[in-house]
This record gives sequence, C-alpha cells and structure tokens, in this order.
Amino acid sequence: MMPMNAIFKITEVFKSFLLEIGELSFFAARFFRESFKRPVEFKEFLRQCYNMGNRSLLLVAVTGFIIGLVFTLQSRPTLQEFGAVSWMPSMVSISIIREIGPIITALICAGRIGSGIGAELGSMRVTEQIDAMEVSGTNPFKYLVVTRIMATTFMLPILVFFGDAIALFGSYLVENVKGNVSFLLYFNQVFNALEFGDLMPATIKTFFFGFAIGLVGCFKGYYCKKGTAGVGVAANSAVVFTSMLLFIIDFIAVFVTDIFYDL
Amino acid sequence: MSTTIPNNKPIIEIKDLRKSYGDNHVLNGFHMELNEGENLVIMGKSGSGKSVMIKCLIGLERPDSGTIEVMGETIAELSRTALDELRTEIGFLFQGSALYDSMTVRENLEFPLRRHTKKFGVLKDTTPLVMEALESVGLAHAVNLMPAELSGGMKRRIALARTLILQPKIILYDEPTTGLDPITAKEILILMKSIQDKYNTSAIIITHDVDCARVISNRMILLVDGINYAEGTFEELSKYADPKVQAFFK
Repeated sequence: MMPMNAIFKITEVFKSFLLEIGELSFFAARFFRESFKRPVEFKEFLRQCYNMGNRSLLLVAVTGFIIGLVFTLQSRPTLQEFGAVSWMPSMVSISIIREIGPIITALICAGRIGSGIGAELGSMRVTEQIDAMEVSGTNPFKYLVVTRIMATTFMLPILVFFGDAIALFGSYLVENVKGNVSFLLYFNQVFNALEFGDLMPATIKTFFFGFAIGLVGCFKGYYCKKGTAGVGVAANSAVVFTSMLLFIIDFIAVFVTDIFYDL
Repeated sequence: MSTTIPNNKPIIEIKDLRKSYGDNHVLNGFHMELNEGENLVIMGKSGSGKSVMIKCLIGLERPDSGTIEVMGETIAELSRTALDELRTEIGFLFQGSALYDSMTVRENLEFPLRRHTKKFGVLKDTTPLVMEALESVGLAHAVNLMPAELSGGMKRRIALARTLILQPKIILYDEPTTGLDPITAKEILILMKSIQDKYNTSAIIITHDVDCARVISNRMILLVDGINYAEGTFEELSKYADPKVQAFFK
C-alpha cells in the first residue's frame, strides 16, 4: 500500500501543475487582450525578430546539417538491404519536413530563445526594471511580453524552413558521396515526394511552437521569484516546460492532421 | 534642512493602510499626509513596511484596506490609463537605480518620454529634454554610455534624471543613499535638494540613514511594526526619550 505522504506529495505536485496551467492561460489571455491595444511597439518587435533569428541561425543550421547527414547515413544500409535506396530522397524529405525539422528546430529554440527570454525578463524583474517601466506610466507587458511572443511566433516558421533546407542539403551530400546522385536528381525527387498535405500542417504547427516558446519564456521570466536563484529557475523551467508543451502540441497536431489529410 | 518652505496643502493622503502577506502583517493602519513642497522622511528598520507602503502608493502593490489619495485621486478607483497618467506626476527613484540595462543612457531617458504623448505631444527630437535632465544631475557627458559602464553613484544620478524627465510634482525616493560611499551619498543629497529648489517638487524619502534624514527632511515619521510610532521634525525626534525612537539616532 502506498504511504499517505507519498499520495499527498503527488497530489500537491499535480495541484501546482494545474495551478501553473491556469496562470499560464490567464497570461495567454492577457497577451491577446494587450496585442490589440495601442501603441504598437513595432520597433521593439523588429529588434526581437532580428535578435532571435540572428542568434539562432548558426545553431539551427549546424543542427539541421548534422541531422540530415546522420539520418541519411543511418537509414541507407537498411534501404540498401531492401533494394530501396532510390526512395531515400522521398523518405528523408517527408520525415524532415513533416516532423524532424519542426520539432528539432523548436526544441533548439526552446533552449536558445526560451531560456534567454526567461533569464532576461527574470533579471529585469529582480532588478526592478519592470517595476520602473510600470511606475513611469508605460505598459511593460506590452513592451516586453507582447513583442517577444509575437517575434517567436513569427520567427520560428522561418527558422524551421531554413533548418529543413540545410538538413536536406546535408542528406544530399551523403547521397552524392555514397550513391553518386546529382543535385538536380536528388532535389527533383525530394519535391516530387512532397505534397501540400505534408507542408501545410507542418508549417501551421511551427507557429504554435513559436507561440509556446515565447509564451512560456515570458511567463516564467515575468513572474520570476526574487533573487538571482529565481532567474536561474526561470530560465531552466522555461526550457523544461516548453519542451514538454512542444511534444503535447506536436501530438495534437498529428491527430488533427490525420483527420484532415488521412496520414 | 531643506530650503523650500512647504505649505499646508496635502497632495498625498494615506488613511488606515493595511497590508499582509499571509500571517505577516506588514502595515497595520499606517497614515500620513504629504504637503506641497515638503520633504517627508520615513524611517524604519528593515522589514518595517517602508517599501511596501511606497509601492502601495504608486500602485505596484494593492493594499488590503485603507485609502490612498494622490493629488485628489483615489488610487484604488483609477483605471489603468488614468493611473498611468497620474504616474507621470510621480517620480520614483529605486534603491538599485533600475536602469534598463539593454538601453543607453539616452534611450533610458527617452523611453518614458516617447510614451506620454498626451503630456508632451509627439516629440520629434527629444535631445533638448534629455540633455536638460542630464545637465540637472551633472552627467551630460554620459548620454551615450550603457548602464554597465557607469559607477553606482552615476547610475543613481541617471535614474534621478530619468525620474525628472517626466517633470513630476512628487518624487518618491527608496533608500537614495544606500550602498553609496559617504562622499557620493552626500553628493546625491545635495542633488536632491537642488532638484527640489529648481523644480519645486514634494518628496517622500524612505531611508534608515540618519544623516540623510537630517539634511533633507522637513518632517519625519518613524515606522515601527507597520504603524506610525513617532512623528515630528528631526530635532524633535532626536530629543525623544523613548528607547525605540532613540535607537534610530544612535
């Protein structure tokens, strides 16, 4: 029989998880409310887009390239065994465009951008910079949170496209070296294998991924607890919570896609 | 003692202010009035509720009960927009300066300025106002520096310039001299006095620095356990026989 204090602990953890989900929902609702209010902080939005895109570009490129390369190298012997190596470009393109590209890029951005937002806003909270904005009669939520969530939502699909392209290029390099396949032939097969039903749902879900990264990062940072330890916790929990949320969104996205496109 | 003579027209009135965090009762019926042109020093030990009171006053914290009236407006009844407009009349100098560390000194000063078009109109060139505020604190040369490049005293001065740029009628100082060396602390006090003379502001100064209270105060309130324990001028309070009061002046 399970001891009572273990049951109590599990209940407490579950209760705090539900509370956090509730607070996050209120935070998201506030984001939508504030998004339509004036003034529009367009300059800050562009600055955030540039920072997020520019800072993540190299990481996304390197990861995408290695994923494409390794994925092709690992799959090749199995396909060769069945004499289906000519299916390699189709298989790689569908896997990368539908699933691997979006989720890997989103996870990298959760680590890179989500933790960065959590730490930045957390440190602003701890050093009373957010309070200073508030008392000067400006709306810190609009300036700091709305712009960042919008920027992640807008930039993640672009980063995913970029990451996908690099991953496919990595895969092509392996095929070129091992199978002497030309660039034109490889990418011809890649695009022949792709359909609207592969590209569209994958693109739509990246907007949700981006939104989740910005939302959780901002939520954790904005309500960061006092002290430098609080900043560390905010950055860390932003990554953990976002990563979990990304898989949940992905799971839902696959179900919804299945309804419309019959996977 | 400050040179500006206060009149008896209250611009801030706090009545029966109470605030608790769980079982921790921080404010237990605090009350005060700030008159126009007056420098009111509120002294108390750490954790006596000074900062909580000032945060309730500016609307950063919501009190459990009691009323706060600033320039005839009841804080609790104001809409977000009305509160933001009122906040342009109240400057707040944070203990840690709270400069925006991703912005230059100029951007720090421009930030509130560009967002209050109702008070200042749409400003195409903010340079004259920025420079005037920086000259008031003697740091015009620091306009393009980042906060990380400034010393503690310079940060405090820039924060003061950022407070002044909105041309407030009231300035709230939260521990203005804490963490500064005695010479810089004295410079900040002289600056606070000169600002009051130049802009005719009223001020609430939260401190536990007796020298600061002696130099700047017109009147003082000693805050003990969330209530007004003693009230009077620096000279009056320093002569009190009560050991709790004397503890502040030793």
